[in-house]
Formats: sequence, C-alpha cells, structure tokens
Amino acid sequence: MSILLLFVFAVVVEKMILIVVLFTITLGVAAYSTYGERKIAAFMQDRIGPDRAGPWGLLQPIADGVKMFTKEDFMPNQAEKWLYILAPGAFIFVACMTSAVIPWGTQLTLFGGSIDLQVTNINIGILYIMGFVSLGVYGIMIGGWASNNKYSLYGAIRASSQMISYELAMGLALISVVMISGSLSLRDIAEQQTGFGWNIIYQPLGFIIFFTCALAECNRAPFDMAECETELIGGYHTEYSSMKLGFFLFAEYINMFISCAVISTLYFGGYNFPGLDPAWLGGLMGPIVLFAKIFFFIFVFMWIRWTLPRFRYDQLMHLGWKSLIPLAILNMVLTGGGILLFGN
Amino acid sequence: MTLAIFLTLAVVSVFFSLMMVFTKNPIHSVLYLILTFFSIAAHYILLNAQFLAVVHIIVYAGAIMVLFLFVLMLLNLNKDTEPQKSVGWKFAAAIAAGLLLLTFLGALKGTIQLQQVANADPAVGLVKNLGTVLFRDFVVPFEIAGILFLAAMVGAVLVGKRDLKI
Repeated sequence: MSILLLFVFAVVVEKMILIVVLFTITLGVAAYSTYGERKIAAFMQDRIGPDRAGPWGLLQPIADGVKMFTKEDFMPNQAEKWLYILAPGAFIFVACMTSAVIPWGTQLTLFGGSIDLQVTNINIGILYIMGFVSLGVYGIMIGGWASNNKYSLYGAIRASSQMISYELAMGLALISVVMISGSLSLRDIAEQQTGFGWNIIYQPLGFIIFFTCALAECNRAPFDMAECETELIGGYHTEYSSMKLGFFLFAEYINMFISCAVISTLYFGGYNFPGLDPAWLGGLMGPIVLFAKIFFFIFVFMWIRWTLPRFRYDQLMHLGWKSLIPLAILNMVLTGGGILLFGN
Repeated sequence: MTLAIFLTLAVVSVFFSLMMVFTKNPIHSVLYLILTFFSIAAHYILLNAQFLAVVHIIVYAGAIMVLFLFVLMLLNLNKDTEPQKSVGWKFAAAIAAGLLLLTFLGALKGTIQLQQVANADPAVGLVKNLGTVLFRDFVVPFEIAGILFLAAMVGAVLVGKRDLKI
C-alpha cells in the first residue's frame, strides 16, 4: 500500500514539475512574442523597434509587464463586478489548459530515469483541444458584457461569432487528419509522422483551412475584428485597464503559441525531423525541433499580420461559412476516397 | 476514493443547478448552467466515458450555451424592462408546477430500481469501443439520427434565407 502511494506521489510530483516548466515556457514565449512582434513589425515598416530597455531592447517585455502592473486598475461604475474580474482570468486559464495534451518530445532521460514529455496522453487529445477552443469564447463574451459598454458588447459579439463560425471549419479540417492517422491521440499522430511522412503532404488543403481558422481563432490579423479600432474603439476589452487588460492581451499570445504547437504537431511532424532522432541529447532533440517549428509558425503569424489588411466583417463571415466549410467537407470526401483507393 | 469524489461532484452539481434556478439575472443563470455541465462532464469521466465527457463539453458548454448567452446579451433582460406577472399568475404557476411534480413522482415511483450492471466493461466509454458499437450494432439508428440532423440543418438554412421562393 505504502509503495503504491509512493509511486502515485512520484507520478504526481513528476507531472507537477512538467506542468510548472511548461507554464513557465508558455508564459516566457508569450512575453517574448510581444517583443518579437514589435521587432518584426519594425523590420517590415523600416523602423528600429524597441531598443531602449536592455541590449537590443531585450528587457522590453519586462518593462511592459511592470507598466501593466503599476497602472491604475479602473473599473466602470455600472460593471458586473464579479464577472468583470472573472473574465480575464477565465480567458487566460482556458488558453493555458490546451498545452496539457501536446507531446513536446518522446522521453527525457534524466538521472537514470525517463520522463514522458507530455502531461497527459489521453486518447481523445484532439477533442480535448476542440473543447478548450470552444470554451475560449466565454472569457471574451463575459468580459464584453460585464463592462456594461455598448462598444465592448459589440466587440465581444463580433469576436465570439467569428470564433464559433471558424470552429466548425477547424473541426472539419481536423477530422481529415484523424481519418488518415486513425487515432484521436496527439501522441499517436506525432509518432506516425517519422522522417518526411508529415501530414502536410497528404493534407495540403486541410492545412490551409486549419491555418486560416487558427488565425481567426486567435483573433489575429487579418481577422482581428475584435479590435477593429476604427469602428469599435478597442473591442471587448475597451473598459479594461492595468493587468486585467494585460491578461487579455497576454492570453492572445499564449493562444498563438499553442496554436502553432498544435499546427506543428498535426501537420508538420511534431518533434520529428528527418535525420534528427528525437531521442538525441537525452531526449532534448524532440523539444528543440518542435520549438523550432513553433517559432517559425509564430513568425508566419506575425508576417501575415503586418502584410495583409483586415477583412471586412461580411467578407469574414462569407469566407468562413461559404468557402472554408464547403472546402473542408470536400477535403473530407477526398481524404475518404484516397484512403479507400490507396489504403493507409 | 471514487465514492468521495462522486459525493463531492454530486454536491457541486446539485448546488450549481440550484443556483441556476434561483439567481435572478438570466446571464448568471446561464453561467451556472455551464458550471453544472462541467460537473456532469466530470461525472462522465468518473464513469470512464471520456469521449462522452468531451463531447458533452464541446456541444453543450461550447456551442449551445454560447448561443444562449448571445441571445440573452443581445436582449439585455433586466428587471426594468421585463414584464412582471401579477400575483395571481405567479400563484397559478406555482400550483401547476407542483401538480406536475406530483404527477411525475407518482408515475415514476417504484419503477426505478437501481441494479448493478453485471460484467460492465470499464472500457466501453472509450472512443474506439464506442465507434465499434455505433457502426456495428447500432448502425441503422445512427444513420437515422444523421438524416434527422441533416434535415434540421436544411430547415435552418431555409428559415434563414431572406427571399424564400418555393
């Protein structure tokens, strides 16, 4: 009995450490994404970007954080107090939860033992991600409504109707990946894509649909309806200030990081790269490869933001419902036909 | 251990559902309903039905409740704008609901006898087994349900069309 308890305790401690490390990395990447975004924007617009705080402006995210924390925490007079406070927390919580099912590598050998580089390998990993994607709406909706401001409510309704519209096409694109890999577990999907057998080769259309939807789900340009300043002042977080606003902005960068991790895992082989065994360097090669892919996709996200203009709202809905969903269904039919003709 | 978790969850779900009924603000009601759905999903996980739990979250908490919230937020119901029923109506409604409860209690009394399912397969709720059962043993009901959903979808699109020419 005591040995069993000790074993359970060891597993819990191991997972706790992994979760804490993951959260630290997630928050760190999200913080430095803000720096990266400003540097990339500066590069594209022929500017220098932040360069005052530390060498090359590297301490800028910390300076931003201090600024956010020390600003006045203002609350509108007529706001729903508890929901107003709850919303940013709910939003960032949902954003952080998704990292639990992503396989960051195979196994890490440390002190003679081996640690799974995945918090939990549930056999419904993809559905878990879809579940948390669909819950992301609540933080925005509650925040926009509780602020008791027409512009906030309007921004919240825009953002959430955009998110629930693009969720459908996203789910349909995911089904094709599930069809060719025959599993809902992200670990299995990553393991199957050894060498150059990446899913992108079999699912080019599915990848484009998924990527577009990921942009829309993260409220990133060209789909950043929520913060369409010209029409809506600041979107659902108009009335937020101080670190509550910081939470909203931060959660968007976390969402971007996690989306890039999911894209890399589903379509670009996850921790696999031809010629590089994920077990090298005591298992650290897998995470290094995966993070290289993630950073590449984060760069692509930013590249798109500073290149493309914003969609108009009806164009956005048109694209979601009348182009992406039929295309995703077509992709599903094609995938089914392909499996029938050529086997797995 | 399982019993303790179950009891905690049961208390939590009953508490949230009662809060859902008793709060005055419709938006708060919807939020409590979402919490109730979460606790019910936790019950499913306790029964090793992970697939059902996640689908429950995606469909109810993720989709249907969002639409509820949408409608309520746009209508922006509050005490000033909502029509208040007179005392007589409230009284009649309370009596009618009480009678309905009595009828249900009378009809269901004695019919429910909890039986432990013999040799229940603990893995039956996992997605693989569920898929096998759905597509092998219950394929006709499954297809009929699919057709029903398709019909509902076509109907929704038709209702949503502005210039309807039939």
